[in-house]
Amino acid sequence: MALSNVLETPAAGFNFDNAARNAALEGLFEGGLKPKPLKTGTTIAGVVFKDGVVLGADTRATSSEVVADKMCAKIHYIAPNIYCCGAGTAADTEKTTELVSSNLTIFSLNSGRNPRVVMAVNILQDMLYRYHGQIGANLILGGVDCTGNHLYTVGPYGSVDKVPYLAMGSGDLAALGILEDGFKPDLELEKAKELVRGAIHAGIMSDLGSGNNIDICVVTRQGVDYIRPYQESEFKDNRKMKYKYRPGTTSVLTEKVVPLKLEVVQETVQRMDTA
Amino acid sequence: MVDGAIRYTAGIYRTCRHENATQPDIKEYRKESGRNGITMNTRGLRSQLRDSVPVAGLCPQGAYGVQDSLRSGFSSVKNELLPSHPLELSEKNFQLNKDKINFSTLRNIQGLHAPLKLQMEYRAARQIQRLPFLQSSNLALDTLQGSDEAIGFEDILNDPAQSEMMGEPHMMVEYKLGLL
Repeated sequence: MALSNVLETPAAGFNFDNAARNAALEGLFEGGLKPKPLKTGTTIAGVVFKDGVVLGADTRATSSEVVADKMCAKIHYIAPNIYCCGAGTAADTEKTTELVSSNLTIFSLNSGRNPRVVMAVNILQDMLYRYHGQIGANLILGGVDCTGNHLYTVGPYGSVDKVPYLAMGSGDLAALGILEDGFKPDLELEKAKELVRGAIHAGIMSDLGSGNNIDICVVTRQGVDYIRPYQESEFKDNRKMKYKYRPGTTSVLTEKVVPLKLEVVQETVQRMDTA
Repeated sequence: MVDGAIRYTAGIYRTCRHENATQPDIKEYRKESGRNGITMNTRGLRSQLRDSVPVAGLCPQGAYGVQDSLRSGFSSVKNELLPSHPLELSEKNFQLNKDKINFSTLRNIQGLHAPLKLQMEYRAARQIQRLPFLQSSNLALDTLQGSDEAIGFEDILNDPAQSEMMGEPHMMVEYKLGLL
C-alpha cells in the first residue's frame, strides 16, 4: 500500500532511480547533444621477472579532450604484497581496488595469513561479473605470495587471464609491441624495469590518452619499491608566476572587535569507569 | 498395422490414467485438471513455480501509488513494465537468487535437513529487529550470512542508517502492526 507517511527505506547499494529519468531524457536529445560518459586513456604494463613482479603506468588522467590530472596515481595498493594497476573509468578502478583491499585485510586479520593474488582475482572476478561490465575497470594485478610471482589481468566483464607479461589501456598495443620484443623468462631486476619503462614510453608516444610521467612499482618477496615518478617527462611547463596573493593585497577598511563574554554556569565531573 | 498398435496402446494408457488418477479435493487442483476429462497431476508444476524467485513488477514510484511526474517524468507503459537499467532487476533479486542456488545445492548434497535447519536460523535471526522506523543492526543475520566479514557496495553506497528521510514513528508502527 503506498501511503505518503509510510516510508520504505531504499535498499542499500546502487540506486537506479535516475535510469528512468535518463531514458526519458534520451528522447529529447535526438542524437549528438547527449552527454557522453567520460573515458580516460591509459597505458599500464606488468612483467614477471626472476624475483617478483614489475608494474608500470603512466600518470595522465584525461576528461575527453582535456588533461584532468597530470600526476595521478594509477598503481593502487591492495595488500603489502599485491599491487594493482587500473585502466578504464578512474573512479571505478579506485573504488573496486579499495573494496578488494578492505576485504583482503579483513581476511588476513581473521585467519592470520597473508593474502594470495588468486584471492584478490577471485573477489574481483565475482564482483565485476555481478555488475555485467557496468563497472568499467580493466585491472592488472601483480604480487608475490607463498606460491610464487603472479601477474593477472581482470576485464570489466569478469574475464581473468594469467600471463607473464601484460599491457592494458588505450596505449596497450604500442606497449605490447615492446614487451613482445624484449620479454624473456627470469629477467633481472634492472632489465625488467627498463623493459616496462620502454613499454610505457611507447604507449605515451603513440597514444593521446597517455602521457606525462612514468610510475614503476617493484613487488618482491623482500618488499615493495614504489618509484613515483620513475621518469619525468621532458615537456614540463614552468609556471613563471605564483597564483597566491600576498597578505595585504586587499586593503582593510574598518575593523570591529566584539569580545564574547562566557561565564561558567555549572560544572559537573563524571568519572569514567575504566576498570 | 503399426498405427493401429500405437493407437491401441494410447487408448489403454488413457483409460489407465483415468482409473488410477486420484481425485483432487482442493479447489485449485480442480480448476487445473479435468479440462479434457483427463486428470493431470499438477503437483510437480506447483513446486516448479515455487522454485522461481518472484520478480516484483515495477509500480509507479510516488505517493499514493500515483506517478510522480516531477521526479520520474511522464508515465509510459514501457517504463512501467521494463526496468530502464539492465542491472536493476538482477540487483534487486541478487541476494534471493544467491540463497536459492546455495540452498538447493546444499539440499542436493546433504539432504533436506541442512537447508531446513539453516533457514530456520535465518528466520529466527531476521525477527530480531528494532522498532520499524529505526534502523536495525541485523547483527545476527549478518553473522549467519557471512556478510559481517565482507565489505561490498551495499555497505558504502546508500547506507539506510544514514538516509535523510525518516518515517513518521506512529504511522510506521501502526502500518507494521496492520492497524492502519
